[in-house]
Amino acid sequence: MEELSLSEKETAPKEKNMTRRTFIRNSGLTVGGLVLGGALGGLLNKKPAAPASAPAAGHVMEASNHNQALMYFTPDQFKVVDAAAEAIFPKTESGPGAKELLVAYYIDHQMAGSFGLNTKEYHTGPFYPGEAVPEQGYQHHLKRQEVFDLGIVALESEAQKRNKKRFFELNEEEQVAILTDFEADKVKMSGSVSSKFFFTLLRKVTLEGAYADPMYGGNKDMAGWKMKNFPGHQGSYTNLEEDKFVAIAPKALNSQHNH
Amino acid sequence: MAKTLPKTDIVTVGVGWVGGIIAAELTKKGYKVVGIERGKERSTEDYFMAHDELRYAERKEMMQDMSKETITFRHDMKKRALPYREWGSFLIGDGVGGSGMHWNGQTFRFLPYDFEIYSKTVERYGKDKIPAGMQLQDWGITYDEMAPYFDKFDAMAGLSGEANPLPGAPQIKYPTPPMIETPVTKLFKEAAKKLGYHPYHMPSANLSENYTNPDGISRGACQYCGFCERFGCEYGAKASPVVTVLPVAKKTGNFEVRTHSVVRKVLHKNGRATGVLYVDTRTGEEFIQPAEVVIVSAYQMNNIKILLNSQLGKPYDPKTGTGVVGKNYAYQTYLGRARGFFDDKEFNLYGGAGALGAQIDDFNGDFFDHTNLDFLHGGTMHITHLGDRPIANNWVPPGTPTWGKEFKEKSTFYANRNLILAAQGASLPFQDNYIDLDPTYKDAFGDPLLRMTFNWKDQDRKLQKFLGDKSEEVMKEMGATHVLKGGDDIKDYDIRNYQSTHNTGGVIMGASPETSVLNSYLQMWDCENVFVPGASAFPHNSGYNPTNTVGALAYRAAEGIEKYLKQGGSLV
Repeated sequence: MEELSLSEKETAPKEKNMTRRTFIRNSGLTVGGLVLGGALGGLLNKKPAAPASAPAAGHVMEASNHNQALMYFTPDQFKVVDAAAEAIFPKTESGPGAKELLVAYYIDHQMAGSFGLNTKEYHTGPFYPGEAVPEQGYQHHLKRQEVFDLGIVALESEAQKRNKKRFFELNEEEQVAILTDFEADKVKMSGSVSSKFFFTLLRKVTLEGAYADPMYGGNKDMAGWKMKNFPGHQGSYTNLEEDKFVAIAPKALNSQHNH
Repeated sequence: MAKTLPKTDIVTVGVGWVGGIIAAELTKKGYKVVGIERGKERSTEDYFMAHDELRYAERKEMMQDMSKETITFRHDMKKRALPYREWGSFLIGDGVGGSGMHWNGQTFRFLPYDFEIYSKTVERYGKDKIPAGMQLQDWGITYDEMAPYFDKFDAMAGLSGEANPLPGAPQIKYPTPPMIETPVTKLFKEAAKKLGYHPYHMPSANLSENYTNPDGISRGACQYCGFCERFGCEYGAKASPVVTVLPVAKKTGNFEVRTHSVVRKVLHKNGRATGVLYVDTRTGEEFIQPAEVVIVSAYQMNNIKILLNSQLGKPYDPKTGTGVVGKNYAYQTYLGRARGFFDDKEFNLYGGAGALGAQIDDFNGDFFDHTNLDFLHGGTMHITHLGDRPIANNWVPPGTPTWGKEFKEKSTFYANRNLILAAQGASLPFQDNYIDLDPTYKDAFGDPLLRMTFNWKDQDRKLQKFLGDKSEEVMKEMGATHVLKGGDDIKDYDIRNYQSTHNTGGVIMGASPETSVLNSYLQMWDCENVFVPGASAFPHNSGYNPTNTVGALAYRAAEGIEKYLKQGGSLV
């Protein structure tokens, strides 16, 4: 599968940084109107964003990344999640895996907040998890934090049962075997969620951590985006009519925030 | 004890497209309008940080807070309905502008066939063609009568489009030219033409060029930034109530919006509404806003809820098919699709616009003969170039694992090499697909939640299979290396997976009070000073997005409201 090696394509000699004049022409700011101004006006008045600081060597950056601390998981829980996320989204020829992308930190931060606590969902009883069909959506009373707590315990206990080791001490093959059984719902978890439900959640947040804006703690150095040739936050595209694929160097939302 | 406020001419429940259009039209005529809006005020400045897939698309920033209110759902009357606890199948917006802020801007008129679907079906195929339980109804208005209102909406929004080349399709002149042609739309059009179909650029509410509308509102052209669907537009290039009709209403000085205020009931006495009861969610205080005319202009489902909780109109009974409020709930059949993977082509899929796309209408409505088919109506097939987002876009060819090494390599490889042909199918009403009040679950104010009883019928399964086959045919012609096809094995409706926010019916319009809630001015038969425009008024759902028809009906209602304020009585 040589064609899959994309890492060389991430650089963008043909980057189309819009000039201020092009921007004004395309956005039609020269037309007077009731509704322009607003965000657009703010965008034009602001000074150009400072260039992103040059990436230092990996370990130096990590040492200074204040995001790499835990808001929810215990250090042991973190190790399990870090290993499981890497198995789901491993380092490959095309680029870094979950560990290097700091996906487990992303997951930790998500579990600590609104998403982990299901605050914007209808979490009122009565609950009838046994009666529900899957097409009705989740019907258990547990919050995502609690689903993760139970899931981590289940991963650890499977690792003990099968290999007499901690989950994060297993080799890749052993980890994949356990996760495969979670996905297939072959492992019995305690509590009112299935191992399949936990796996689906774990996969979802792993992909989010690889591809969400880096401000959330994952997608380190936008490396997730680079693997997909996704340019992140851009104000405008002017090349969409062209036949040729154009790789554009990504920008994150901090480029938009001139503080 | 609720505090009673000074009376106004018109109060609207919700300030989205419908509330905004009515407010603009009637404040221009000098009437006083108060808009009660459950969410917050919105402006283009809110979207300065909007290119955030996690916050907007995954965590549903612009949608209603479900901890306060949702619906319950079940597949049939024998089961217990359970709450829709997290957003999935459809997404209901909140805040000023409503769902008109986070839409894609794909803007189609329903067909002449749609407005007279019962008569035209019987005329062409005979009564027996309509299966048992299917409650097809004419709308009480024709396309020709609707056309001037469609024209008004199109001019207000500045729709960008071109004529539909399909013989027999209504010929529409759009105020601005179609959006750009990309290699994606081109590839689709060439394949569709080769197969004898009639592709065209989809009409878009994302402006192809700068535009000033008849109200003097100027907006700039779309930047193709790729963040449309589920996001607000920081440029104002995507038409929304906030950048079109609401500034017009505000400028008159006759319009007041009260945000963070949830209407619980329409108050009425002796067949006349006196006003609405609402709660200010910041103080917890209750208010009564008296009005000459009440417009129920919330999202489709909330319109039904407000009527049922206000005991306005006769509730629908699915066992007998009598009664009207909650009747003919319909959705959209969106699963007959084909995703193509191209090993040797890479497209600039990161950018685009919500309504940058092309489509064919050859299999929609009654443009094709149904004599030997076991379903009615049809769907449109479209390709869009709307900006593929990296969290959502992890498609891999059939047979690939969904995680691990191979998944990662293929999902990154195909990120800019996969295209989807989506077939948006009609959804026709059935006697036992309906909405009523849930006996158990309540909202944050203690009012009952709505209960949805809905499932796919043979009609839907056969239609989606048919559209899936057609989509696959076109995708293969486009040269895809692998095709992942949908529509073959559709079982029960699944509320977990996003399909579309095109929910319709429940407060339907029609020709008689026996079979509908509203007359053709969207005026309640049973309560003459209550109007309920919106997708809740659709007696069935077509193979198109609903907003254009919702907007046209709102213009029609605005005309009716003015007539009513002048002469009173039933307008039909």
